[in-house]
Amino acid sequence: MSVIERIKDQLENNPVVLYMKGTPDFPQCGFSGQTVQVLAACNAKYMAVNIFEDAELREALKEYSHWPTYPQLYINGELVGGCDIITDLYQKGELAAMLATTAE
Amino acid sequence: MTTDTIRRLLTEAIKPETLEILDNSAAHAGHAGARSGGGHYNVTIIADVFEGKSLVQRHQLIYQALGDLMKQQIHALGINALSPSEENERN
Repeated sequence: MSVIERIKDQLENNPVVLYMKGTPDFPQCGFSGQTVQVLAACNAKYMAVNIFEDAELREALKEYSHWPTYPQLYINGELVGGCDIITDLYQKGELAAMLATTAE
Repeated sequence: MTTDTIRRLLTEAIKPETLEILDNSAAHAGHAGARSGGGHYNVTIIADVFEGKSLVQRHQLIYQALGDLMKQQIHALGINALSPSEENERN
């Protein structure tokens, strides 16, 4: 499987995916950490991918999404944004609504 | 100076009405991300092109304009991107 296929596979099979630096328990960047906290505040269920453990994916996803930084949050396969946007959407109450569309 | 380059690239690509750039690098000196030499910046940018665009699309426009700068010189970029009509609503 190519790295792009791997990304598509992750996004197709998981309604909410967070590509981040470190893990939800041990974020290795303040922006990734803040995003994890916001998702926790929404009681979101999500798949986390530690980009430090996958150098190939780390570079490929930046090109794929036209987004050069991490974290990157995807809901229903669509890039929602990085830390700033996620925090902004959370404060407006929109993030919870977006996450609710993925609940089974 | 990276700030000047950011200003030039964003002005050329986005033609903003207002553009403010804050260099917060000093506040992050020493943390893991700053070790690679990339700085932390915050931009507030008001431009017509943002009208009707989602937040992701606005940020993508800005990232596109900055190009390779995002790979080295900039480690983190806080973005506040508004259209002129949104700015008027705030005031």
